[in-house]
Amino acid sequence: MRLSIALAVICWVVFTYFDLLFLLKNPTTQGSPLISRIFLALFLALVYFYYRYSITKSDNFNFLDLLWKVFVSGLVTTLVSLGISVFYNLFGSTAIGKSPLLSNLFYHINVGMISGFLISTFIIWKKLILYQKSKLLMQFWSLFEYSMIGALLFDLLGYQIPEPIAGAMFIFLLLQAIVLTFNLKWVAYLNFKQKWKSILFIFLVVVYLWYFFRLLWGYEDKDFISGIFLTKVFIAAMGSFIMIYALIAILVILFNLPTSSVFERKIKEAMDFQRLSQSIPAGQTEEQVYEILLDSSMSAVFADAAWIEIEASAENKPITYYRNLNRQEASKVKESIKNSTVKKILKTEFDKVSNPQKITASLKNSDYKTIIVFPVMVKNIQIGSLALLKEVNEGFNREMINIINTFVNQASISIENFRLINEALENERYKEELKIAKRVQKALLPEGIEDISEFELHAYSVAADEVGGDYYDILKIDDYSYTFIIADVSGKGTSAAFHMSQMKGIFHSVARITSDPKKFLVHANDALSACLEKTSFITGSFFLIDTRKQLLRFSRAGHCPSLYYCSQEKSSRYFQNKGLGLGIVRNKSYSNYVQVNEINYFKGDIIILYTDGITEAINSDNDQFGYDRLKNSLELRAELPPVEIKQGIIDDLYEFTGSNNLNDDYTLVIIKF
Amino acid sequence: MIEIKNTIEENVQHIRVIGDVDASSSIHLDNAMREAISKSTDIIVDLSELSYISSAGLGVFMSYLQELETNQQKFILCGLNEKVLEVFQILGLDQLLVIKENLAEARQQLDAPV
Repeated sequence: MRLSIALAVICWVVFTYFDLLFLLKNPTTQGSPLISRIFLALFLALVYFYYRYSITKSDNFNFLDLLWKVFVSGLVTTLVSLGISVFYNLFGSTAIGKSPLLSNLFYHINVGMISGFLISTFIIWKKLILYQKSKLLMQFWSLFEYSMIGALLFDLLGYQIPEPIAGAMFIFLLLQAIVLTFNLKWVAYLNFKQKWKSILFIFLVVVYLWYFFRLLWGYEDKDFISGIFLTKVFIAAMGSFIMIYALIAILVILFNLPTSSVFERKIKEAMDFQRLSQSIPAGQTEEQVYEILLDSSMSAVFADAAWIEIEASAENKPITYYRNLNRQEASKVKESIKNSTVKKILKTEFDKVSNPQKITASLKNSDYKTIIVFPVMVKNIQIGSLALLKEVNEGFNREMINIINTFVNQASISIENFRLINEALENERYKEELKIAKRVQKALLPEGIEDISEFELHAYSVAADEVGGDYYDILKIDDYSYTFIIADVSGKGTSAAFHMSQMKGIFHSVARITSDPKKFLVHANDALSACLEKTSFITGSFFLIDTRKQLLRFSRAGHCPSLYYCSQEKSSRYFQNKGLGLGIVRNKSYSNYVQVNEINYFKGDIIILYTDGITEAINSDNDQFGYDRLKNSLELRAELPPVEIKQGIIDDLYEFTGSNNLNDDYTLVIIKF
Repeated sequence: MIEIKNTIEENVQHIRVIGDVDASSSIHLDNAMREAISKSTDIIVDLSELSYISSAGLGVFMSYLQELETNQQKFILCGLNEKVLEVFQILGLDQLLVIKENLAEARQQLDAPV
């Protein structure tokens, strides 16, 4: 780019040099040699390319800046040529002033400057014309540009070509220019002030052009000037194009002046609309959305006063904003609505249950003559209303109503999104809380219970949700006795998890006091009666293992019957003892329902404790895993250590259900003596 | 899915429970029970079309035991299928509730002198 401007200057110097040389040799002949014409053309081409790239490349699309550029380059050019004129006025009568050589040099300087101005303006005009371009326009412009280049070549070669052909060429270019001239879409994007400035700048361009042409014309008469610049089709066409465009632009801007306020308002509406729709990502609060809605609606319809009332905001506290009136005045307006003819419609308006509708009303006995009320809806429920007031009768036209409608709808969408985002965040927080709950609950189940030497033990528990209601635990009472519990809280999820932790508390406190199964269950029932929800109960089985006597004492509180494998008989059976769930009978009579059983165990015997999540697991045919399958599953693996028995049973269970995602909490505890 | 129908015959409410009673549908059962108890007549609950009952469903029956006794309303379950009956038995509810094989036996039980 710098290179092109440097080359352009060199070309200008060369072109001037040859012209002057020619003049010295042939002081009487008019015209310039071919070589200088070539360099003139080269100069013009280079300047053209320089501006084409420097102006097109810049992303600046501020129309006023572009026009300012034109204005400044025109000013510089004018100052230079004025400087030359002043020089002539001072020295016109002296020998230097009369020197044809010097006058010719000045002419060349003028030509250089003016063509620079013309070309830069041409390129800026191009940018303006091609604002909002279509394919057709682009093609037409390319044609025009190529025609201009053609004209340049024509000038270069066609010095001797007769006038009519050059004239035809000029008219051809001029026609294209006129067609292109009517692309003035950019004018619409100027605001009122910018339009006035544009008119000023363009008017000055016209003045410059007129001045330059006068100047060059003046040279034309002097026969000692070598180059006849003005007759060149290229420059003439370019100048005419710039002139026509400038004149038309001035007219169009002038005619657009009265409507510019409308256009500005439309743009402002669009901006407000955007502000509403982008208010959520911008991290604004619901209140700010309401304020934006209120302010943009007010300015869009030139309302004299307005208010917005939101009854159900996200925080469930009412929000009200008033503009240009206070609370008392607003209630006065509401009073006068009641007295006016639209009373009935308005009642439904403020009634949340009925289908809300927008209303307009003419007010009596109020400073304001017209009111319009819009319901603000979120998820089809009215959360509030927007009221706009005007001091004139029939103040709102259909278009205004449409605009407000759009604003209100957009605000509703924004608020809806806003709430959804908040809900999502809230859910995320709950998930985190649940994760913590899960960790806490996991810690409630005993760890390291496999380390007991007197028997082998393995436990496995999975909750359907993050937390569950299954519980098992073991407590060493003394050197020879252990108590063991398995329990299942009715229901599942968080409420079950709370009761499960209560059960743990009861087990760890009561089992230390009494290891007798019946006493334990009666105490536990007493304790739970006071704190369980009405519809909740806990089933459990309590075991006391005496390793010295090899004795198992146990009671069942409504829990699934435990499965016992006898190693001598090589078969298993379910304990058939009576019992009642904890928390079902919440009085002293509970002890009537508790039964204690006792058996002696032998080495190799296995006891399987489980929750109903296992036996009630269903497959796709709605069949339950059931007691028989569990029994078979155990008997197949009775010789294996507990870990492998557990794995086998779980494998069988998953194979049966066809999934390892069961619908309930399930626990499996295996004790092998 | 659950469907609950309540008809009054000879001053006795017949509640038919059709479908599954799990944690979510137990709410409907609870509502039906509360309404039935408020009418202070004797109640027969026909469970012959009940295919599954979860612990939450059992909890509903359990929670009204005290109230039924206080109101001196007779409360009889009937028509339980094998699986459902087993669930009641394991929990021990069969010791607290009157459970009859079918509707006829349930009615007979009501007519029998106390």
